[in-house]
Amino acid sequence: MSEQSTGLLGWINARFPLSKMMREHLSEYYAPKNFNFWYFFGSLALLVLVIQILSGIFLTMHYKPDAALAFASVEHIMRDVNWGWLIRYMHSTGASFFFIVVYLHMFRGLMYGSFKNPRELIWLFGMLIYVALMAEAFMGYLLPWGNMSYWGAQVIINLFNTIPFIGEAVSEWIRGDFVISDATLNRFFALHVIAVPLALLGLIIGHILALHEVGSNNPDGVEIKKTKGADGIPLDGIPFHPYYTVKDILGSVVFLAIFAFVIFFMPEMNGYFLEPANFDPANALNTPDHIAPIWYFTPFYTVLRAIPDPFLGFMMMAMAIVVLFLLPWIDRNPIKSIRYRSTLFKINLIIFVITFIILGYLGLKSVTDLYSQLALRFTEIYFLFFFMLWAYSKPRSSGFWIGSFIVLLAGLTAYDFLANSSEQPSLIWKTWVIPAAYLFITLLLPQFTNWDSEKQVPERVTS
Amino acid sequence: MAKDNIDPGRRTAITAGTAIVGSIGAAVATWPFLSSMNPSASVLAAGAPVEVDVSKMELGQQIQEVWRRKPVWIIRRTPEMVSTLAGLTKKLRDPNSETESQQPAFAQNEFRSINEEFLVLIGICTHLGCSPEFKPTPGEVGATWQGGFYCACHGSRFDLAGRVFKNVPANKNLEVPPYHFITENRILIGLTEEEASA
Repeated sequence: MSEQSTGLLGWINARFPLSKMMREHLSEYYAPKNFNFWYFFGSLALLVLVIQILSGIFLTMHYKPDAALAFASVEHIMRDVNWGWLIRYMHSTGASFFFIVVYLHMFRGLMYGSFKNPRELIWLFGMLIYVALMAEAFMGYLLPWGNMSYWGAQVIINLFNTIPFIGEAVSEWIRGDFVISDATLNRFFALHVIAVPLALLGLIIGHILALHEVGSNNPDGVEIKKTKGADGIPLDGIPFHPYYTVKDILGSVVFLAIFAFVIFFMPEMNGYFLEPANFDPANALNTPDHIAPIWYFTPFYTVLRAIPDPFLGFMMMAMAIVVLFLLPWIDRNPIKSIRYRSTLFKINLIIFVITFIILGYLGLKSVTDLYSQLALRFTEIYFLFFFMLWAYSKPRSSGFWIGSFIVLLAGLTAYDFLANSSEQPSLIWKTWVIPAAYLFITLLLPQFTNWDSEKQVPERVTS
Repeated sequence: MAKDNIDPGRRTAITAGTAIVGSIGAAVATWPFLSSMNPSASVLAAGAPVEVDVSKMELGQQIQEVWRRKPVWIIRRTPEMVSTLAGLTKKLRDPNSETESQQPAFAQNEFRSINEEFLVLIGICTHLGCSPEFKPTPGEVGATWQGGFYCACHGSRFDLAGRVFKNVPANKNLEVPPYHFITENRILIGLTEEEASA
């Protein structure tokens, strides 16, 4: 198709590929016709990004990145600046919604195998976006200079202290001081408003370019490019614009209605979006009674706390994120979509979701004997999930299943004997049942059921 | 240009040379930026010693001071508090304060102090830097608790000399800062006696 060559558009097209880009990425970008509910969250993540950038720009016009002034300037925004409360609540609520949307977006990828060949790079770009987003949220949380901002940052930066030999130098370099101080606040402001957002934008462009190169996956996990019509257009594809632009507008409207409801009626979300201790100014002498990170970090925080050794705990927390990067090389089953995978895969995924939520809940709570044992058990299941994904990649012998069961259970039990020391030893054996039951369900039950049978993937998308 | 005279070997050498020299230059150019993030001269200069009058402290009381922007605690221990220390040896990770970084030499004793009555500690948990709470009452943190410090962030526990218990996230005793008594009731935090007289 040739581009318009007359008029203003023609003048532009002769100098800039405007119509060409519109065609390639919208009106002639063919997406599978069977997208469902789970395919809203990519475009919603983009919408939240725009909200965060816009509200953030206006916040910087009134905010002061100075330890002596920061807390008061946020109160100034909330009380004196016209509509300041709205802009600030948009930004703080937007942070939590960003993670809600991104977690659902990632779960979609897990369900439908969207990270598999040929979409590994899309997944890697996405994971980098996720990590950049965590850095962005962490640094943004220091800026109000409340007491939770202060001590939360203190704890997280001190994680680097646990690295042997160079740890203390690294954390001093990050802080620019021996404790969190004005120097830290000032640099976090710079990183939060310019460095990380720039990196995020670049990564998002990479994510979308990689997606448009190979095309979207879909709930059936069928490659639509394999079945093309005589005109070279995938038979199961429809142009992104107008079909999916209209669909995404619907999603955006519903999303914005929920978003507005939270901003207007529950911006603090009972202390989950804005923590109560953060309404006190930072105080270097007084740690809040109970330090919990904001909810979207708590699953990883629980993994950190589950391991008593500080450096090992830090490494396990890092591994919990690194293992997600490796997903395309762990789950090697050629069937992409959950629709055609085994019952075992479905059970494993459901348990993983429950585990992630429980880990998140435990991270919000104070440490007790029971909770620290539960944290250990669900951390074990978190990592075992990835072993199962690998194990379910192809048919295996009975010996493999039984052998894995014995080796893994022996490994967990050995850890309990060697390193697990609870004040109440009976708790160790009571909670030991949890990973043992998980291993029994995921490794032994298929010996007696047909839960490991997979379905035939159709040639074309089903609906 | 006579294109027949292209010498591929020479081109490769020039390309490689440019890449190597350019990369070294770029790597060196990052140094000022990275170094600018380290603690600045003014941060390094801060941290003058702090003088504290302890004459008005009651037995069993804790007071908090700030030295180098870190909380420093002074606790005036009762004889009962001091008597709990000897019996805890088996439950502690480093009962004899053998980790040298955690106290000046003068505090490497059972009481971790110059004077067994006055305990001086930096109030920063050796796990991840929260400020623990003073919990002097027996039984306050579990049935076997004999008084000490409890860090609510990750559950680390320390006895009344700031020594860390086994099986908690922190693995070092609370740090004792350099300090000395100027007079019977005045403590100077930040300098040991030798440093002050030098």
